[in-house]
Amino acid sequence: MNDLKDLYQEVILDHQRNPRNFALLPTANRHAEGLNPLCGDHVTVYLDVQDGIIRNISFQGDGCAIAKASASMMTSVVKGKTLAEASETFKRFHEMVMGEDPCFDLESVGKLAAFSGVSAFPVRVKCASLAWHTLNAAMNTTVAGDSAAAAVTEIGKGDAK
Amino acid sequence: MATKSMSGSNHPALSNNLDVERVRRDFPALAQKIHGYPLVYLDNAATTQKPLVVLDRIRRSYVEECANIHRGVYQLSERATAAHEAAREKVRQFIGAENSSEIIFVRGATEGVNLVAQSYGRTHVGAGDEILITAMEHHSNLVPWQMLCQERGAHLKVAPIDDNGDVILAEYEKLLGARTKLVAFTQVSNAFGTVNPVQTMTEAAHQHGAVVLLDAAQAAPHCELDVKELGCDFLVFSGHKLYGPTGIGVLYGKQALLEEMPPWQGGGDMILSVTFEKTTYADVPAKFEAGTPDISGAIGLGAAIDYVRSLGMASIERYESELIQYTETSLAKLPGVRIIGRPKRRAAAVSFMLDDIHPHDVGTVLDRYGIAIRAGHHCAQPAMKRMGVPGTARVSVAFYNKSDEIDYLVSCLEETQKMFRS
Repeated sequence: MNDLKDLYQEVILDHQRNPRNFALLPTANRHAEGLNPLCGDHVTVYLDVQDGIIRNISFQGDGCAIAKASASMMTSVVKGKTLAEASETFKRFHEMVMGEDPCFDLESVGKLAAFSGVSAFPVRVKCASLAWHTLNAAMNTTVAGDSAAAAVTEIGKGDAK
Repeated sequence: MATKSMSGSNHPALSNNLDVERVRRDFPALAQKIHGYPLVYLDNAATTQKPLVVLDRIRRSYVEECANIHRGVYQLSERATAAHEAAREKVRQFIGAENSSEIIFVRGATEGVNLVAQSYGRTHVGAGDEILITAMEHHSNLVPWQMLCQERGAHLKVAPIDDNGDVILAEYEKLLGARTKLVAFTQVSNAFGTVNPVQTMTEAAHQHGAVVLLDAAQAAPHCELDVKELGCDFLVFSGHKLYGPTGIGVLYGKQALLEEMPPWQGGGDMILSVTFEKTTYADVPAKFEAGTPDISGAIGLGAAIDYVRSLGMASIERYESELIQYTETSLAKLPGVRIIGRPKRRAAAVSFMLDDIHPHDVGTVLDRYGIAIRAGHHCAQPAMKRMGVPGTARVSVAFYNKSDEIDYLVSCLEETQKMFRS
């Protein structure tokens, strides 16, 4: 059962029970919606981006413990980061949950390392990365009012292991 | 962990009209270990495990009868054709159809619905006409009708269900009218286990001159089917949910309807004669079976039908109905379990929520204890929305499941609760 405890670490359960930044964001100028059509999980990520920096971020939606905790922790990690830094963090997170690099440096991702156990559960990789893909889509939209700002992203098939 | 031993026998409350231990030996897959625990397979509404006799029969069809059908002048092809057509006859008997020509082999229930939607639907449903379904339908008995309605300018009407997961019959009858050309509904809900009052619903539809397609995908493995008694005009089911192989299923249609319907796909085996100017189509069922079919699949399905009939559909129905009652009762006793759907009659499946734990998390934890259940929307998103849940955890039983597997499930659910409460 150790891999279950690795998956549902206390910090993950804490984020699931008390999700951070779980609200609408009135000042948002970008947002995107992410769907996992296989399980029905959905998340909307709201961004307030000023001068290339994520000044504020929030999310809403419904999903499993992994999806919710991942979205919650993601918002707390990328708040204050530049778009480039957030993209790089997404890349590193993705590498970690795909679990393809046995030498992956967990320390390099800080508290996101809590999600490293996901790599032992191939069908749950999509759960952990849904919010991140949605963040990525939101970052790639232009300002609010533009129809492209409301990107709807279906989680990438490439995440299926 | 505090889970109970799996070595016990069946619960005394079950009448044991089936020798479950003997039956289990027919299914080699059930002897596996998953994550170090004995496999407890409770996702039978998704697909069933296959008995050795089916696997052996498929193997034999390739070893001793491998030839194309309906065309060879040599003995091997005659054997293959005979085995394939014998399977059609087994299906005819299984569902009580009049003629074996009323049995069309398709890939599965989904393809059967699509065939009717595109062949019958396109020629009988026009602008302003209506198709009636229910709010509990699987996407496979919803999307093909939605596509047809969009194409033909027709309207899709949906009979509502109540909080128990039963069709509200008064509303269903109100929705039937002169424009209702076709009514399609499931005999057994894959999401809630509801058994619909098929005869009542079929008679009401016929009074309005509508034809009825019955989705028997969930019913075929659990109860005796008799198309004459059920009164439906079309019926579909899948082989793989009936202990047969994947890739094979059945569309039954009344002879007169099938004869007037245009072919669905064109190709070999469905023609009488072909010139560049004109093709004359073969009679049913060949008219709807273009191309080389899944010969070994049909033969395997025939073997699966032989197998379940050897156990007896009445025995299967009685045993499974007791086991699912036991399951529902055991689950309902566990604090924190909310059963989703309490239909008047239930067959073989029960959906539930555990505390506020997402069904996927429940499914992941149970998997680590060797238990396979379905977690999610069960390809019935509108039905989930109606019940106000994003999805459910679903247990669906077969005659090879035992009551002590249900006891083990309940103790693992308690473990799951502990894990998420800590």
